[in-house]
Amino acid sequence: MTIHTPTTAGRRVREDLDPVLEVSGLGVDFRVEGEWVTASRDVSFRIMPGEVLALVGESGSGKSVSSMAILGLLPRNARVTGSAKVRGKELIGARPAALRAVRGNDVGLIFQEPMTALNPVLPVGFQVTEVLLSHQNISPEQARERAIELFRLVDLPNPEGRFDAYPHQLSGGQRQRVMIAMAIACDPVLLIADEPTTALDVTVQAEILDLLRDLHERLDSAILLITHDMGVVADLADDLVVMRDGAIVESGPIRKVFGHPEQTYTRDLLSAVPHLGAEIAAGTLQVSDRAEEPAPAVTPALDLRNLVIEYPGRGRTPAFRAVDDVSFSVAPGEVVGLVGESGSGKTTIGRAVVGLLPVTSGTVSIAGADIAGLSKRELKPLRRRSAIVFQDPAASLNPRMTIGESIGEPLLLHEGLRKAPLDRRVEELLDRVRLPHAYRNRYPHELSGGQRQRVGIARALSLGPELLVADEPTSALDVSVQAHVLELFKELQREQGFACLFISHDLAVVEILASRIAVLRNGKLVEIGSREGVLLNPTDPYTKRLIAAAPVPDPDEQESRRAARAIALAAGADADH
Amino acid sequence: MNDRDPRSTEAPRIESDMAGLVAADTDVLEAAPTAQRSVAARSSAQTILLRFLRHRAAMSGLVVLSLIVLLAFSSIGFGPVPGWWGLDFRVPMPLEDGGRPTLQLWPFSLGAHPFGQDNIGRDYFALAMKGTQQSLIIAFLVGLVGTAVGTVIGACAGYFRGTTESVLMRMTDVIITIPLLAVAAVIAQISGGVGGVWGLGIFLGLVTWTGLARIVRGEFLSLREKEFVDAARSVGASSGRIIFRHILPNTIGVIIVAATLAMSSAILLESALSFLGFGVRPPATSLGQLINNYRSAMGPRPWLFWWPGLFIIAIALAVNFIGDGLRDAFDPRQDRAKA
Repeated sequence: MTIHTPTTAGRRVREDLDPVLEVSGLGVDFRVEGEWVTASRDVSFRIMPGEVLALVGESGSGKSVSSMAILGLLPRNARVTGSAKVRGKELIGARPAALRAVRGNDVGLIFQEPMTALNPVLPVGFQVTEVLLSHQNISPEQARERAIELFRLVDLPNPEGRFDAYPHQLSGGQRQRVMIAMAIACDPVLLIADEPTTALDVTVQAEILDLLRDLHERLDSAILLITHDMGVVADLADDLVVMRDGAIVESGPIRKVFGHPEQTYTRDLLSAVPHLGAEIAAGTLQVSDRAEEPAPAVTPALDLRNLVIEYPGRGRTPAFRAVDDVSFSVAPGEVVGLVGESGSGKTTIGRAVVGLLPVTSGTVSIAGADIAGLSKRELKPLRRRSAIVFQDPAASLNPRMTIGESIGEPLLLHEGLRKAPLDRRVEELLDRVRLPHAYRNRYPHELSGGQRQRVGIARALSLGPELLVADEPTSALDVSVQAHVLELFKELQREQGFACLFISHDLAVVEILASRIAVLRNGKLVEIGSREGVLLNPTDPYTKRLIAAAPVPDPDEQESRRAARAIALAAGADADH
Repeated sequence: MNDRDPRSTEAPRIESDMAGLVAADTDVLEAAPTAQRSVAARSSAQTILLRFLRHRAAMSGLVVLSLIVLLAFSSIGFGPVPGWWGLDFRVPMPLEDGGRPTLQLWPFSLGAHPFGQDNIGRDYFALAMKGTQQSLIIAFLVGLVGTAVGTVIGACAGYFRGTTESVLMRMTDVIITIPLLAVAAVIAQISGGVGGVWGLGIFLGLVTWTGLARIVRGEFLSLREKEFVDAARSVGASSGRIIFRHILPNTIGVIIVAATLAMSSAILLESALSFLGFGVRPPATSLGQLINNYRSAMGPRPWLFWWPGLFIIAIALAVNFIGDGLRDAFDPRQDRAKA
């Protein structure tokens, strides 16, 4: 592998120094059922001081396994070969005591899910001082001071007060800041960030990425960034290593790989990433001549009027209003994107529409019939008009039922189909989502994520609904699979002409499918309009911030967007935050 | 946000063919045009049976248990049906060789009293077989009754929550607090005359379901929040269907393990009760009662102690192995053949 000379302006070029991390010929195998299964092979790269190297790949590409192998954090059935040196110290095959001295001290780790990476029964301040006390010879008082200093460094609001807070008392972004404080506590020369922003909302993600960039410049640590998100890579990384099936496919400086990918795989991977703004520019959907509001004469497929949904309080806790006075409608055959961050109430609306949640007040009309406040019995005949595709295909299919049984269940319940007629309908549905008939005897765990989501779509379409609610149907999938599923979704929508409420946090995905976009924030509808109107000329400050924060898989564009966002923030464009 | 300048020339086309990415979603593309011959739907029951039959430990457990059941019920007969072993377990006979077992393995011969005789000369083989019958009946009754009651109560409490849960779980708490031995003493007094072994088995089942109910409730509490339950609700499945068709199969592993443990511990519980005189009483007998009867004979006549002990261990082990195999068979995620 060639060693790339950092070229970006303003970066310290120090060729004379030793690399912080040098990995050569790293291979990881797992012993499963008496056989060695290769997870990664012949992985080589090096990170120079102050450099950010991104390791990207889809799930199962071996990117996390390789980085965990460096720190000796793999389970016992793993076999690691090759070499990984941190500042010249060999880590592969090192004694556990030697590895412990390196972990947390020379190398800091940032995990994906800050809620599970922090111990829920210990205050966050204690967890940071613990790191300090185990690696440095300082008194507990000094450690406390240092921890508060670290909290200040990671821009945690009210650092003294947060010292005794428990993880559940912090927001997701704050927890990730604490994780970062722990990771940088001992001034590590290398930070390993394993999907550091995947669990976060897009605006919080932008803040955390800013923090990482800022710390990296201030502390001069190198960062090994492991991610599947090309937008994050474009935002932060200097160099890029693309992995697939355990091996390196391509590597090089980020602008070179993004601009002129040499390998087909890299090219396809990059083109599969939805690119905010690209769809409109390509002009794939002629929606400009369509009226913004559907003609009033047609009965809308979905009509929400002053919808309020509250989660009942308990004892002294007041009821939580998840959806507050939301009104909009979806015309027959129309796809409306519902966008918002976590806690905005978008999923709550989706569930209420398919009758999974009771409505507090307002109306929910599906093809003209109001389902709010109906009893189970009254609701049942109306249920076939709407269907839902869930976010996590692994969780939404019963693990003890075969694919065929899952798809056939709505038919069994509503049409009383059994045996041969049911089998035929299930086969038709499998054909429609391009799955072979043989899959009907399989269990969900025997299918890949994309295949499972196809099953979820087939089940939702089994009764020919007039309205389909798609609740983040692709957010649990890899980008290439996401591209396939979205394509299938578009095709089916064209063929069958169902109306669709497409819920997503990803503006770029919504852009591909929806002709109108509704933006939710804290249960309130802040903006709704045509796709072009919302994305190109947003009127609400929140929508503007959301669009500005969405990372784009292009380093240059990302840089200019970042600059624009900084100006917008400085100008107090979002004073309401 | 006018700085966002979408570059129309390099706009990624989702629809464009992505040759290099096929591998990520392979079987879909490669299989769709070819495999269109109709594949018979295989029910999940068949799949489970197939997996169970492949489980070696469970199969040997099943064989051992079947042999014991066969031996116990065919040798001395059951109810009005006579068995092939002519001797009655109630009739004392003259002692031969001090009542020592006449069983010979090589060359194989049963002799007059293969398991020996007890201190008053009764045939110990017949006695042990009678005891095995009774212990098996008790174990299966306890397993059946306890599992049924515990599962239904746990499932209802976990699924419906609210008032239903409060009432059912408080009831469970009350039953847990009642001292088993005290109730057993009272019931045994009555059932000894009324139902005998059957009464005792049903009684034990009715007081030992509490642990299972709590486990099942816990499983239901977490499973009812899963998306596949929402998916079933969204198509209008009834509560009964969701409980029995969707959630219960996902708890079957836990239930079976708990049930097998309950069955093997029922054998032990029965022997404890018999020891205190609350269990099976003479002239009826059980494995536990035999052990306790001849406790003092451990020195001079150890076989009186070992034979029932051997059968208790064999039954308990076999039942546990079967439970193990069933759990593996019901849980498709543990499919060793694929992996």
